[in-house]
Amino acid sequence: METHYDAIVIGSGISGGWAAKELCDRGLKTLVLERGRDVQHIKDYPTMSLRRWDMDLRGENPRSTSEANPLISRAAGYDATTKHFFIKDEDHPYVQEKPFLWVRGYQVGGKSLIWGRACARWSPMDFDAPKRLGYGIPWPIGYDDVAPWYGHVEKFIGVCGSKEGIATMPDGEYLPAYELNTVEQHLQKVLKEKFGRHYISGRWAHITDAQEIHRQQGRATCQNRNLCMRGCPFGGYFSSNASTLPWAQKTGNLTVRPFSVAHSIIYDDATQQASGVKVIDANTHEELVFKAKVVFVNASALNSTLVLLNSTSKRFPNGLGNDHGVLGKYVGFHNYRAGMSAEIEGFEDSYYEVYKPAENIIPNFRNVQKQDADFLGGYVIFSGASRRLIDDNDAHGETIGAKYKQAISKPGKWTAYMYMQGETLPNASNHVRLSPDKKDPWGIPQLVISVGYDDNAERMVRDFLSEGRKMLEAAGFTNVSANDNHWPPGLDIHEMGGARMGADPKTSMLNAHNQVHLCKNVFVTDGACMTSTGSQSPSILYMALTARAANYAADQLKKHGRIV
Amino acid sequence: MDRRELLRAIAALTGCAFVGEQRAEALVYVHTDGWSTYLDDNIALLDEIAETILPRTDTPGAKDARVGAFIARYSSACYAPADLTILREGIADLDVHSRKAYGMGFVNCTSAQKQKLLTDIDAEAKRHAREAADNRGQSPHWFTLCKQLTLMSFFTSEAGATHVARYRPVPGAYKGVVAYKGETFWAW
Repeated sequence: METHYDAIVIGSGISGGWAAKELCDRGLKTLVLERGRDVQHIKDYPTMSLRRWDMDLRGENPRSTSEANPLISRAAGYDATTKHFFIKDEDHPYVQEKPFLWVRGYQVGGKSLIWGRACARWSPMDFDAPKRLGYGIPWPIGYDDVAPWYGHVEKFIGVCGSKEGIATMPDGEYLPAYELNTVEQHLQKVLKEKFGRHYISGRWAHITDAQEIHRQQGRATCQNRNLCMRGCPFGGYFSSNASTLPWAQKTGNLTVRPFSVAHSIIYDDATQQASGVKVIDANTHEELVFKAKVVFVNASALNSTLVLLNSTSKRFPNGLGNDHGVLGKYVGFHNYRAGMSAEIEGFEDSYYEVYKPAENIIPNFRNVQKQDADFLGGYVIFSGASRRLIDDNDAHGETIGAKYKQAISKPGKWTAYMYMQGETLPNASNHVRLSPDKKDPWGIPQLVISVGYDDNAERMVRDFLSEGRKMLEAAGFTNVSANDNHWPPGLDIHEMGGARMGADPKTSMLNAHNQVHLCKNVFVTDGACMTSTGSQSPSILYMALTARAANYAADQLKKHGRIV
Repeated sequence: MDRRELLRAIAALTGCAFVGEQRAEALVYVHTDGWSTYLDDNIALLDEIAETILPRTDTPGAKDARVGAFIARYSSACYAPADLTILREGIADLDVHSRKAYGMGFVNCTSAQKQKLLTDIDAEAKRHAREAADNRGQSPHWFTLCKQLTLMSFFTSEAGATHVARYRPVPGAYKGVVAYKGETFWAW
């Protein structure tokens, strides 16, 4: 196959797909390297239309699967209908210096097939927080730099949401929002009146009303089957497979090479830039080299960091652009440790039809302008209300039999849940590095992950547990059952940092356009680039930063013939 | 409803976390000789237990949903050996118990006798679950296992999901607020 391209993109997930789309749209011959197998939209979604009773175990995994995969089987959404979009533990070893469950999906489309789809924007305060409150380093960009790119991405992928005018969660280019049900509306009213807080329908990458741009991608309005992670026959939610990759393919500029494990980026002393990427064929273990004028690293936060660490040369013995040792450090994630549920009397004359693949959100209300909590950073709360299934409240003491059956077949008492998604601080001690002795099956050093919670995270968990309970009780909920799951980082699947952006090359890896400070034709635009984690779901920010960087790179190539 | 909602609801109803793959770490204790096919050989008995819990009325019951076969299949694929043993021994005990009380095996008892036997055992299982909740790591009661699998199997079967609950594979538009007039819940 062709070995010379204008651009190489490492990874085909949510940000790699966007790099491919933008670069191809700008006329650049682009090679996407994907370490896993190919997954074609619809054709390769084997479980997408199975009904529960079509499956021997109704979609649950046999014990043999969880025993063989004690790590990945704990991932959100992992079951018999989705497990083919997750790795197997034994195939991809890594070292947990501290407990860390690293969730990976190695295939074309990556984890964009199985993501949570939350798409709220960061606010100006989220970008300013490290500088204002004095933690980590300042972002080299602000909300205004990203806002037009948020809009660019939102219009293309399709994001639903309501226009609310909330400063802490700016409005975007939205399709119609999912309605709140009766009890959710009640919570909205109480939170507004008693707390001055917002409880609104979340913003999700679902096409609630397909527009021409979506029809051009072959995607249709979401049918609310609520089986998203199996892959959607309607293209109702956004994935690389349904959207960016086929779009890029249509330009004629795209080549996707599955089974291509990125080994390292090759540095050329003469040009002081990268000349290409060294690849190991996943099946044959053959070494291949592909050359390009520009390289986008979109292998997912920790794998992008791994590729940079493994890109050693005479000039960069500690990894590409890593003169200062910052590479691999300041790894953050999202704190999902605590959640709660509660029940409420009444509202029994109301129900909903049928299910929505979406939740509601309470935007961050902590440390928004100034420090007002005993921790740094903020958190958002996801929430929803529903009527209980198989509730035996109306069975009049019957525990088996005809009356019991009749009673439990009807929707029961209303319940609501809340869970937190909290910012974590960029601590140097939370880091990844290459194992000096352990290698993966392709001869690449295994990643040692040393990431944990700090006291700040503990204080934030306590605050949420207290505030969540207050809000539910103020709304008349009882039997609040709160839980700190103490799960290890990684299960959040929001790992961030490792090659952070910053204005100062002495303390950061990437500049304001996501270029490696010391190797300008290498762009890192996935979670690895994050200076701070914020509290909003990060994927749409990666997409926006990727589109912004890709267009910057294309402008440079057009103007100078190379990246300068 | 996410995929865990039904299992959470069953856990709440039986006072015991849904038993299955998540207890994979439970202790290993394997019976051999005759036990390996015990449940498969007693599907009629399992069906009879399940039908007593969820009988056919003007809508399908557990037998229509082939719950017995599912209990045998699911427990052997998903249960830790220790839980599987509890279930098998409990099923076998039920027959012993029924012979003692009524002079015949469970399958041959009258509906009223079956109802009485299982109502009493359910109360015992609930007591056991309350005690176990205070004593982490204690094994579940066999009837809790049986009831969990009956409920799970029934409402995820075609008969239970489409003829008892309501099922829409491709719902189309979502409505946040609809008037409720006594219909059954949405299956998934």
